[in-house]
Amino acid sequence: MSQETTNQNKKKLRPVKPTYNPDKNIRTLTTPEGINLHLRIAEGGARITAFIIDLIIMFLVLVLFNIALNAASQDMKSGGAETAAAIWFLFAFFLRNFYFMVFEMGPKAATPGKRIMKIRVASRGGGHLTANAIFARNALRELEFFLPLSFILSAIFFSYQSAGGWMIFLGLIWSFIFLLFPLFNKDRLRAGDLIAGTWVVKSPKLHLSKDLSDAPKPRDGQVRYIFTPSQIDAYGVKELHVLENILRKNDAHTIGEVTERIMKKIEWPKPDKTNNTPTAQGEFLNAYYAALRGKLETKLLFGVRRKDKFDRR
Amino acid sequence: MSSGSLKSHKFRSDREDDWQQLESLLARLESRSIGALSDAQLIALPALYRASLSSLSVARATSLDQDVIIYLESLTTRAYFAIYGNQTRMATRISRFLRIGWPKAVQNMTRETIASALVFFLGALLAFVMVRTNMDWYFSFMPESLIQTRTPASTIAELRSTLYHDGDESGLTSFASFLFSHNARIAIFAFALGFAFAIPSVMLILYNGCMIGAFVALFVDKGLGFEVGGWLIIHGATELFAIVLAGAAGMKIGWAVAFPGQRARLDAAARAGAQAAAVLGGVIIMLFLAGLLEGFGRQLVSNDYVRYAIGLTTFCLWLAYFYLPRDHEEWHAYGEEWHENNSEKFS
Repeated sequence: MSQETTNQNKKKLRPVKPTYNPDKNIRTLTTPEGINLHLRIAEGGARITAFIIDLIIMFLVLVLFNIALNAASQDMKSGGAETAAAIWFLFAFFLRNFYFMVFEMGPKAATPGKRIMKIRVASRGGGHLTANAIFARNALRELEFFLPLSFILSAIFFSYQSAGGWMIFLGLIWSFIFLLFPLFNKDRLRAGDLIAGTWVVKSPKLHLSKDLSDAPKPRDGQVRYIFTPSQIDAYGVKELHVLENILRKNDAHTIGEVTERIMKKIEWPKPDKTNNTPTAQGEFLNAYYAALRGKLETKLLFGVRRKDKFDRR
Repeated sequence: MSSGSLKSHKFRSDREDDWQQLESLLARLESRSIGALSDAQLIALPALYRASLSSLSVARATSLDQDVIIYLESLTTRAYFAIYGNQTRMATRISRFLRIGWPKAVQNMTRETIASALVFFLGALLAFVMVRTNMDWYFSFMPESLIQTRTPASTIAELRSTLYHDGDESGLTSFASFLFSHNARIAIFAFALGFAFAIPSVMLILYNGCMIGAFVALFVDKGLGFEVGGWLIIHGATELFAIVLAGAAGMKIGWAVAFPGQRARLDAAARAGAQAAAVLGGVIIMLFLAGLLEGFGRQLVSNDYVRYAIGLTTFCLWLAYFYLPRDHEEWHAYGEEWHENNSEKFS
């Protein structure tokens, strides 16, 4: 009997696995100053898009180079075409291999495609992003992408030479393994990142917008909205942040709806006519936001972070 | 309640100018390089960075303005990468790589280099013996594109002419550049395939050895052994050395993946990868030089003794460059990050 109960206890103790974690893409980096910074791992979609943009740029450069070379080689006498072919081969090799390296060694650590997608390469250890690491991650690109590509292309264009279908098939399997590789590890590492000790993180360039608590005062100088402590106490931090997002989006329809809901919740005296215009509703929400934030921040200073409206502290 | 009186608002308006200043410095730094900043700005940068870090931690503790926290987070991360990232000039980087980084990385993988060379010569010896006993093996070792007119059926005169005339003068550059990018790809693959426990790298090196062995065997069979040696060594001393080094780089990674020691497997692979990449970067340079030697040197020099002299001299120069012991401070300081343990910084 007693054994049964201990067994039951053991079952209860088993930890519950969280099914969804919104922060699973966040990695913490501790700076030498001892502050934790949060890095966000770039999503697979952004990286593929960045790569495709880079491929298109490289292709365009190659086409332009080809046109220029053609024009130049026609001026030359005999043998011009072969020299041009040699130059073309060398140029294609250098472009393919050094395009990524040169850009990623720059101060932004990102190719044009990555810049457009607002992502960058960073060292997994948090230290210097060394030239060696960039070299390693891009040398593997040759294996991951350009080798199967050349298999497939040569199978298509020179199909009379060998069993083209099989080459295409093997090339596709090969590149799919490497292509899908990032999707099967939590840090979205491709084989090159794995060897080089790098990863690709988001690097959004944000600008500071204006502080919402600093709303312009009504023109007549009167403070129109005064909230009682119990009215302010209706919400917590989570709702404050939702409110902040709504105010920043500044969509008249949503603001109207939210104003109504808040007025109902805090039992605001029946709104008069002026309060129904969008500007008045905006003013009301701004005032309520400022009041709520002031209250919650004061609590924060005393060590109480009221999580949401259900948190009765 | 007056709206301007929030503590967090005052906090923000007091420091906002500093943040904006840091942001504009970062924009300049990122769009060009460290040279874009004046001395005063350079001195201001770390101070502003630390100020914004401190703002961030205060804001996290006291402010509920999401916008400020997210902004500061992105600003300080950018500043962190700019300040702790690599700001060395390209020229300095290249010179340091040539003086220290490359030979040091090669020295660090002497063991793998010896193994790779052994595999290569084993392949060469194997193919040599097999082709000598039965000429039919020649076709199994050589890819069609490289055979051209060099078959066991060719006459001695034909074979001899291939050693001293590499086709037309006009096709020369095309040939050299094709070979350069072909060999460079082989080297990159030997490196890149290393992570599969180095097995594909070893096979690739072995096969390349076989090709050389079969090739030499054909000429030895026709009594042109000495001549083919000169033909091969003038650029081969550089090219084959490069391929052996690329194989060693692959083995280094494969070994680290298979036997990571006390480190985590990923960590060990990344560490080996960084060193192997330095070697590979050098290998590409070597192959470029080999391409030049092959395209121009061999074409201009048709005396066997001079060819041997050039080949052996370049080989000795490479050995001296890589393995001569160096003893100065910069040499010892370089690559400390290979040994320093960064993994604890992450949680």
